[in-house]
Amino acid sequence: MTAIPAPIRSQKKFESSLPFWQRLTTNRNWIASWFMLPAAAFLILFLAYPLGLGVWMSFTNVRIGREGVFIGLENYEWLRDDSIFWLSVFNTLLYTLVASAIKFALGLYLALLLNRHMPFKAMIRAAVLIPFIVPTVLSAIAFWWIYDSQFSIISWSLRQMGLITQNINFLGDSNWARASVIIANIWRGVPFVAITLLAGLQTVSPSLYEAATLDGATNWQRFRFITYPLLTPIIAVVMTFSVLFTFTDFQLIWALTRGGPVNATHLMATLSYQRGILSGRLGEGAAIATAMIPFLVAAIMISWFGMQRRKWQQGENND
Amino acid sequence: MTDHAVHPPAVATVAKSDESDGMSYLETLPSRIVTLYIPLFIIVVILLFPFYWMALTSIKPDEQLIDMDSFNPFWVVKPTFKHISKLLFETSYPRWLWNTMYVAAAATFLSITASVLAAYAIVRLRFKGAQAVGALIFMAYLVPPSILFIPLASVIHAYGLFDSPMSLILVYPTLLIPFSTWLLMGYFKTIPFELEECALIDGASRWQILTKIILPLAVPGLISAFIFSFTLCWNEFIYALTFLSSTQNKTVPVAIVNEFVDGDIYKWGSLMAGALVGSLPLVILYAFFVEHYVSAMTGAVKE
Repeated sequence: MTAIPAPIRSQKKFESSLPFWQRLTTNRNWIASWFMLPAAAFLILFLAYPLGLGVWMSFTNVRIGREGVFIGLENYEWLRDDSIFWLSVFNTLLYTLVASAIKFALGLYLALLLNRHMPFKAMIRAAVLIPFIVPTVLSAIAFWWIYDSQFSIISWSLRQMGLITQNINFLGDSNWARASVIIANIWRGVPFVAITLLAGLQTVSPSLYEAATLDGATNWQRFRFITYPLLTPIIAVVMTFSVLFTFTDFQLIWALTRGGPVNATHLMATLSYQRGILSGRLGEGAAIATAMIPFLVAAIMISWFGMQRRKWQQGENND
Repeated sequence: MTDHAVHPPAVATVAKSDESDGMSYLETLPSRIVTLYIPLFIIVVILLFPFYWMALTSIKPDEQLIDMDSFNPFWVVKPTFKHISKLLFETSYPRWLWNTMYVAAAATFLSITASVLAAYAIVRLRFKGAQAVGALIFMAYLVPPSILFIPLASVIHAYGLFDSPMSLILVYPTLLIPFSTWLLMGYFKTIPFELEECALIDGASRWQILTKIILPLAVPGLISAFIFSFTLCWNEFIYALTFLSSTQNKTVPVAIVNEFVDGDIYKWGSLMAGALVGSLPLVILYAFFVEHYVSAMTGAVKE
């Protein structure tokens, strides 16, 4: 019995007796750091460093082609009095809240539908995910054409049905433009939510439903007291991702409206691009981007606690 | 019949639209049609309509595009390949497609290599602080490009990589590594470590274990990570928009948005052809690897 730990101890001694170079190639921690090196290099050089640099740039008046100097909170003070910035914050929150809520509702509904037994199940599931595969910008371009002020197919159909007399100016009117970009975002986001929630649904044992049915539970009760509690952890993670990506959305807006009409669809990300890159005021753009961080941290916290809860429910080693 | 669907007897109410296969025999066909087939049909049609519209527009002659009264807009008579051939032979589209593919393939390759090493180290070498490193990598997954593109633009400029595909190849791994590492960690955990112990006893080095035992067993995970990463690269927009300026170097999404928009009302045909041709490679790739794609997507979220 006592013989078993002995080799390990002697190996440790053996390792520390090796010359330095050999220890680099045998010690577990050293090998691990070699293995981690490429990933760490990428993430430090192009992620961690720019993240810090961005915060620093937001305190300077750097422009494209000109070094900046530290100006303290001036960028933020400037933004505080800027109505367009506040409009973009409002737009971002509206866009995120409305789109995420509808994406969640529709996604959960679609997941429940897809979880049922039906012919051509695999094919339908594959088709549902296509909007998520196609690059956002390219499907946004299709939406741009669908929302065209003159030749919109939606306007045409509604006119044929006699519901409207004039074409709807989807992307030209502030409120229609907001609704249009939100709908395009929902269209793209629902498949992701649905397919990931479906994966969660498939782990719920059918015998729970059978037992509940025997006890006389209604549809709603089965959803409320079986499906929903078991799905909560994955809902937390999926919705955190969904909120995060909706909040920082850039490409859909840029392809559809570029923030117009009259800044009605400017999100913080698009405003930051316009101020930082197009107008060249990098410092101000960085300040807008930095202002997004508190919201992101809130989303990450939610994700973290959602995952903790999952571990607590299902044990440490759930893969 | 409608009465039956709306107010069925008590037992049928309980069994109606159940999620499990085991009890589906309790459902009646009319209730299935109302609660399952019709909603599902509507949702699938809405989800796929923009692609139908994209494909239809790209083969429609111009006069049918703008004359919606004498031609039914939902169909096409005498389809034309004019838009697609114009796209392929009169614009730099093939070049953009090549740029996109080249950048996506190179960035994916770099990321997967780095991720395999990192994931193996975190899961199997269990070095000091492995858990913390895993958590940090997950955090990196949550940092969006929208808050990084301004400082990155100046970093790229400082390294002299501005307007070069190399800038994207080096930056995209920051989007892909966190995701692929997390995914591969999940796969590596499922490989029994007894296999590794045997190899260690036989005198294999860590490198040999990784290349000869772990990687062959993790092929499904590698395919998932590859497909998903490739799609992410293809889809990426804000970095490509910020870092590339000359027409020749652009990727498809950026070129579509910037190069085709000229105020011409006849632009739609070639614009839609561009969007369609740009999506097709991914859709074809996806069609072959649906299961891998889905497991990548759900795996990365579930972990």
